[in-house]
Amino acid sequence: MLSIKNLEVSFNDGRENVAVRGLDLDMAEGETLGLVGESGCGKTVTALTVAGLLEKGYANIAGEVIFEGRDLLKCTVNELRLLQGKDIGVIFQEPMTSLDPLMKIGRQIEETLKLHSKFSAEERRKMALEVMKLVGLPEPEETYKKYPHQLSGGQRQRAMIAAAFITRPKLLILDEPTTALDVTIQAQILELLKRLNEKCGISLLFISHDLRVVRRVCKKVAVMYNGRIVEYGDTEEIFEHPKHEYTKQLISAVSPWRKSNVG
Amino acid sequence: MRRTPNFNLIFGCMITGLTIGAIVLGYFWTPYEPNVMSMADKNLAPCAAHWLGTDNFGRDVLSRVMEGAGTTLNIAFLAVAIGAIFGTIIGGLTGYFGGTLDEILMRINDAFTAFPSILLALVIISITGSGKNNVIIILGILFIPSFARVIRSEFAKQRNRDYVKNAQLMGVSHRRIMFVHILPNIMNVLLSSIAIGFNNAVLAEASMSYLGVGVGPTERASLGRMLLDSQAYMTTSPWMALSAGFSISIMILGFALISEGLGYRPTWRPRPKRRRKANA
Amino acid sequence: MHYVVKRICIFILTLLVISMLVFLAFQIISGDPTTNMLGTHSTPERVEALREELGLNDPVILRYFRWLGDFITGDFGTSFSYNMPVSELIAGKIGVSAALTVISFLMVLIISFPIATLLARYAHTFFDRFCMLINQLIMSMPPFFIGIIFTYVFGLILNLFTVGKFIPYSENPAGFFGFLLFPALAIALPKSAMVIKLLRGGMVREMSEDYVRTAYSRGNSRWQVLRSHVMRNTIIPVITFLAVTLVDIIAGSIIIEQVFTIPGIGRLLMACIIKRDFPVVQTIIMIIATVVITVNNIADISYKYIDPRIRFR
Repeated sequence: MLSIKNLEVSFNDGRENVAVRGLDLDMAEGETLGLVGESGCGKTVTALTVAGLLEKGYANIAGEVIFEGRDLLKCTVNELRLLQGKDIGVIFQEPMTSLDPLMKIGRQIEETLKLHSKFSAEERRKMALEVMKLVGLPEPEETYKKYPHQLSGGQRQRAMIAAAFITRPKLLILDEPTTALDVTIQAQILELLKRLNEKCGISLLFISHDLRVVRRVCKKVAVMYNGRIVEYGDTEEIFEHPKHEYTKQLISAVSPWRKSNVG
Repeated sequence: MRRTPNFNLIFGCMITGLTIGAIVLGYFWTPYEPNVMSMADKNLAPCAAHWLGTDNFGRDVLSRVMEGAGTTLNIAFLAVAIGAIFGTIIGGLTGYFGGTLDEILMRINDAFTAFPSILLALVIISITGSGKNNVIIILGILFIPSFARVIRSEFAKQRNRDYVKNAQLMGVSHRRIMFVHILPNIMNVLLSSIAIGFNNAVLAEASMSYLGVGVGPTERASLGRMLLDSQAYMTTSPWMALSAGFSISIMILGFALISEGLGYRPTWRPRPKRRRKANA
Repeated sequence: MHYVVKRICIFILTLLVISMLVFLAFQIISGDPTTNMLGTHSTPERVEALREELGLNDPVILRYFRWLGDFITGDFGTSFSYNMPVSELIAGKIGVSAALTVISFLMVLIISFPIATLLARYAHTFFDRFCMLINQLIMSMPPFFIGIIFTYVFGLILNLFTVGKFIPYSENPAGFFGFLLFPALAIALPKSAMVIKLLRGGMVREMSEDYVRTAYSRGNSRWQVLRSHVMRNTIIPVITFLAVTLVDIIAGSIIIEQVFTIPGIGRLLMACIIKRDFPVVQTIIMIIATVVITVNNIADISYKYIDPRIRFR
């Protein structure tokens, strides 16, 4: 479904800043892939490139990003727009600032439907309420009319997921979706994501610096360091038998009691 | 990290520099005596002898503009000085110490600033009479509330900063803290307010003189007054009004650019992982 | 709701305070009007008689309440120089000035919003920078200077209106508005420039917010983002500025009326200030003050209602 070949991304902000160097990655349909690494390793940039959210004027992008047979990097802006929201959805880290503070939740959830389909207002509303129930938002009828600041952090993230999910996209890109949430809420959201993947077959590209979180949701994981993928494989495999130095460091950082097995 | 040069500040300084240069020159030398009338030369279009022409009394427009700009600048400078000095003192005191006096003054201040200052100026002028000195005093007093408000909010913001608390702990006197420690830190805001105040003063003086209640006809030339006098001759000799009007505009433009430039933060484009432009 | 009540109380209180100040300024400080009124006929006895008649010898507080009572019921006193009740004097003129102000304000809205959106869309391009420079220039020109240029260009050269010949509404409604178009535009241009700067700046800033990125990820185009999301988020802080703009337009119209010789209350005010005809001056000032305070209060209240973050909790 998704095939990244030799991706190179750099930025022009005065100094030469290479974020991603020669990255190769493949994702099949229905797959859950985690992309881990420390801050600055290029994982977010990779995700944003796939989502088509990089500013072409400032970012120099080379390589191929083939989604369902089309190279996204060669698409025009308008062609990309047709995919964004419909086939590719994005969940960002900060649900408070990622939602329009002046627009009701219900309308925001429906937004992709409005942009990409011809459903009537009534139909959209029904679909919104349905997906709100699906993601576990309490009292959907009431919540539909609320504004983002009236919801809790966890609820906002659920709303974001609802908004992205309503069009049943093929790929959902999640950029540190639980980092800003409480631990208990984190667990619930991760469970929700797992469920969505299992029941509806939606692929998840899960970006995180936290290996534990990735472990709960993703079957495969790619470790990034300094713009490159240094290790890739099944999550459990990597955890049991990390091959690269950096991976070992990452693992030992999160599970101190494994130090004896590592290195 | 490449920084786009601060065009605003550069142009602003250039323009203001030119105007001030012309004005200072005007104090010592003008092509002709600004107030000397010469019926033989009246209403001449701009020519070699008179670069901006003459007015209906035969006075050289360029000289009058130079003197008029000087008058306007003089008035604006003094008015802003009064407003800034007293406004800073009042704002500093209330912002730093707070308390009920602060609350009351703020309410009064709010009422004041809501009202267009030109109207207040007109009201007071109607009671006291017109003339250059009156204008200076009235405008100065009218500027005090706006300066006080800005300075007060700055002092209030700084009051809780660590360096102030440290100084207080070390036993530094309040007066010293306010002047030696806090004041330099808010210089940016203060200078910006002064530039804006300047513009308002120039505009106010020009407006009042145009309405006939500012600088009188017998005093030194004033740009606003010149506009008033020359309006009738717009059809036949527009250069009078245009010179005066554009001089005012250029003065204001210069200071506006400077105040823009002062508030300038060099924009390196932030790592644009987020935004997307349709045009590459 | 209880906020609105509080606001109304403050509103009335402010008006009262202003009325006191106006009263003090014009009735007390400005001195004895009787000599003005009697003119050359004044003798000490006549002066004293008139003072008694006008109640000028009564204590200040009594005079204030009497004046206030008169004012509220519509008796604004009598003009010295025109020798007629002030209410008659200002009756027709208020309409003219009000029309001028409203037209000007609408022009500001109509001009600034589309241009600001356009500039925000093309922010940081050469086109944008060039326009902002022109914008800055327009902002620097005094409105009455623009007015003078207009009278010259539109009135005399292009002959779109006859300079100095005002067309009353009763005579020709279309001509009335047509005439007012130019002075309104003269006031509106510099103010629009300010609003454009503010709006465009606000929109450009909002464009780098997170929710805009989310909007793009959902498939919005740049225009759609501006229209559906950014515009709404930018307007809220602009509302207070619009109130200030309206007040400035009122102030500006006073001067513009001189430029175009429009028979509005601005010109009347100026004439009476010079003649020291205080009943007229103080009435007009009170009216303007009331309008200004009302506008500010409406802006403050609507601010609270429009922003859902403040309205709900």
